[in-house]
Amino acid sequence: MTETTVFKYTAKDFKSDQEVRWCPGCGDHAVLSSVQRALAELNISKEKFAFISGIGCSSRFPYYMDTYGFHSIHGRATAIASGVKTANPELSVWQITGDGDALAIGGNHFIHAIRRNIDINIILFNNEIYGLTKGQYSPTSNKGLVTKTSPFGTVEEPFSVGELVIGAKGKFFARTIDTNINLSTQIYIEAAKHKGTSVIEVLQNCVIFNDGIHDTIAEKEVRDDRTLILKHGQPMIFGKNNDKGLILEGCRKLKAVKIGENGITEKNILIHDANEPNPGIQYMLANMKYPEYPVALGVIRSVEGPTYEMSVKEQIEGVKKTSKIKCMDDLLKSGSTWSVG
Amino acid sequence: MGKKSEVIEREEVVIRFSGDSGDGMQLTGTLFSDTAALFGNDLSTFPDYPAEIRAPQGTVGGVSGFQVHLGHSKINTPGDFSDVLVAMNPAAIKANAKWIKPGGTIIYDEGNFTEKNIEKAGYLKDPISEENLENYNVIAAPISSMVKEALKDFGLDPKSVLRTKNMFALGMVYWLFDRQLKYTEDYFEKKFKNKPGMAEANKVALRAGYYYAETIEALTPTYKILPAEIAKGTYRNINGNSATAWGFMAAAEKAGLDLFIGSYPITPATGILEELAARKDLGVKSFQAEDEIAGICTSLGASFAGHLAVTSTSGPGLALKSEAIGLAVMAELPIVIINVQRGGPSTGLPTKTEQTDLMQALYGRNGECPVVVIASSTPSDCFHFAFEAARIALEHMTPVLLLSDSYLANGTEPWRIPEMKELPKIKPPFADKSEIPFLPYKRDDDKLARKWAIPGIPGLEHRIGGLEKTVKGTVSYVPENHEEMVKLRAEKVARVVHEIPSLEVYGAKTGDLLVVGWGGSYGYLITAVRELQEEGHKVSLVNFNYINPMPWNVKAVFSKFKKIVVCELNMGQFADYLRIKHQEFKYEQLNKIQGLPFTVNDIKEKCIKLLEGK
Repeated sequence: MTETTVFKYTAKDFKSDQEVRWCPGCGDHAVLSSVQRALAELNISKEKFAFISGIGCSSRFPYYMDTYGFHSIHGRATAIASGVKTANPELSVWQITGDGDALAIGGNHFIHAIRRNIDINIILFNNEIYGLTKGQYSPTSNKGLVTKTSPFGTVEEPFSVGELVIGAKGKFFARTIDTNINLSTQIYIEAAKHKGTSVIEVLQNCVIFNDGIHDTIAEKEVRDDRTLILKHGQPMIFGKNNDKGLILEGCRKLKAVKIGENGITEKNILIHDANEPNPGIQYMLANMKYPEYPVALGVIRSVEGPTYEMSVKEQIEGVKKTSKIKCMDDLLKSGSTWSVG
Repeated sequence: MGKKSEVIEREEVVIRFSGDSGDGMQLTGTLFSDTAALFGNDLSTFPDYPAEIRAPQGTVGGVSGFQVHLGHSKINTPGDFSDVLVAMNPAAIKANAKWIKPGGTIIYDEGNFTEKNIEKAGYLKDPISEENLENYNVIAAPISSMVKEALKDFGLDPKSVLRTKNMFALGMVYWLFDRQLKYTEDYFEKKFKNKPGMAEANKVALRAGYYYAETIEALTPTYKILPAEIAKGTYRNINGNSATAWGFMAAAEKAGLDLFIGSYPITPATGILEELAARKDLGVKSFQAEDEIAGICTSLGASFAGHLAVTSTSGPGLALKSEAIGLAVMAELPIVIINVQRGGPSTGLPTKTEQTDLMQALYGRNGECPVVVIASSTPSDCFHFAFEAARIALEHMTPVLLLSDSYLANGTEPWRIPEMKELPKIKPPFADKSEIPFLPYKRDDDKLARKWAIPGIPGLEHRIGGLEKTVKGTVSYVPENHEEMVKLRAEKVARVVHEIPSLEVYGAKTGDLLVVGWGGSYGYLITAVRELQEEGHKVSLVNFNYINPMPWNVKAVFSKFKKIVVCELNMGQFADYLRIKHQEFKYEQLNKIQGLPFTVNDIKEKCIKLLEGK
């Protein structure tokens, strides 16, 4: 493939012949469309994509993609994807997972892949519920949520995905909403281009077991006032009338303010720097919750760093250059040997 | 070299180095065996050490031992009883007293037989008399004080000085067996390249021991073991873990693939991961995963991406990998899972040997989930069976479970190095563009293996997974399809029988008693059977390396013997397996579950009882 090759794909080229079996109205349908759109724009040859999933509703995803795909076992997709990418760094590897798959049973693999900075793109469908097993609470369910396994409300603190990613030394974290196809598509493209582990949290609606869980911020009438779409290098302004923004209060806390009130002008509003290695502000952005704050969407953190698979590759190339052992026969004869006869 | 008052020429001899786990006994034993091997002896070694890196000093639980069996003829075991025991402390006497041959030689470090250490080992005053060892050839050597004296001008701290005690003892043993010091001295030069002082100190201690032994001449008799008569070729000493690692690398080269190992450190399998991690020059990708599950899952990912993928573990780790092995069975991806068995259940006896994971290997998964199961039987044949495991996995598109054990993993023996051209080429069933439209579960008629379509090839995009599916890879809940797929996967594994050698009988093909073993007990079994044969008994041996499927001729072999005894280091797992597969025979059993290998005596006693009709 030469650098000038342009693949003229459309989203349709990435659709498999399988009938999509998610519930009507499920947020997964929109995610599938956004991903197919993003892939068409990436200018990567189709056979280079590999989609790896674990177990959960979203994990059926690879069957619906006309790419290489591997639907694996619960929680382990991160480890399998890590193996695929380390074996062949040329592939564009995508992991499809959910809040249970990635953060409960697969929590260990999730944090370690991020720590290693393996160049895989992890799309984490967060519906704050277990759908495939029909409605039990998940590690992201809000405290107090009543479900089949928490009939009196959960007594557990939920994980915040962004907080966990940054805590695990994550270098790319973005958040989107299933229904916002344009924003999602853009984020998937940026995630694909980022070298290193990219985690995209998709606020996804489970129409059966947790319907409307994200409505407070996602509904059309309110979403502009209750979400902030971050753009690198741009002021953190939101609101239907673009009259709200974020400032840093006392150098340690974010504050949502109205522009034009209390002497606040656009100049006071923070500028988003996704590339800042110090995660301080990005961490605060990732953790913002309505109603005190708007929920941050877009690419919150995107920082360069060496990737695992390339470091492995370089180490092998380096040792190959200096070692006297070039093949098995060399190794077999190396060290202390003696001859008989 | 010094004069020796009495020299005894022996066919074979067993030496055991024993001391605190910090005394460097493993290194001492290894240096001695390497020297013996270079001299041309056949040998077999067995390290025996506690799980704690530094167990409480001076206690029996903290004793670390290394046994070397060398000889003029073929040596198959590290030996039951030792001719020479080197005991660095009283606890070493306690741990080994019953394993010394009557009248054998005991060299001990007098300086370490303090009141406190004697008490710690559980003795009142004098370990030698309390164990009734007075009539043995006992040499109380002032090893501690001698090294202090020898190294007084080196300016070393007292700790470093005492650390050379093992080399003093080794020097004594070299004199006893009339061995050259050169190999060991070269080793010091290399090891302490940047610390010439330490290299010199160790050399001085080694020589001091050698000359001390010569001077006291108390070390009688001395032993002479002539070189063994072994086949022509180039040899090296190798342990089971290294041989296993090398077998995988050889298979990768023969298949034209890169090797990937995803693994999590676990005793006693860690050596395989370490050996492969060091081989970046041969392109090995080693992935130290966050846990056992990630170990196999990263490997499975690499297999999907077209690598020869292996994962190494031991019993508890195999339990954790079960679900992913099931996925490999369902996805029909090649992978080798090497289980270096140790004492179980649970954490059990991590540094000791057992053959108790056989049923886990065969059946320890949900669903109908057959895999090929192979077991290595000597430290050096771990190379061959690792190669075979990889070959079968790749050519049949199936997971293969390879069983080794702690005894094989750590034991060493001389190995005739093969040349790569002697090994067969491995031909995985790669899919190419002629397969478009690609059906991931279409099989060849012969092996029933599916084609391996590696991501990156245009037109072969496909999906696989852990759900039941049709030949197209489409998820299917159709009852008849499920039954057909289950049977096809089982039949694929069963057909491996056409690829494996028939069962070989050591000895006459008919007789009074057939000793049946599998895997790592081979060395003890063949030694016992040979001795019984020499004594005139009609006893033969078969040792299984291929467990699932078993060789085709089991029935034909078994039916020629009056009695069959299955010997294994467990409660009878292989015997039970044979009862399932070949119900027509009656199986006697010899079992041992002490974390130790059999002794030749154990086996001979049982056989003689059976032969006498008891």
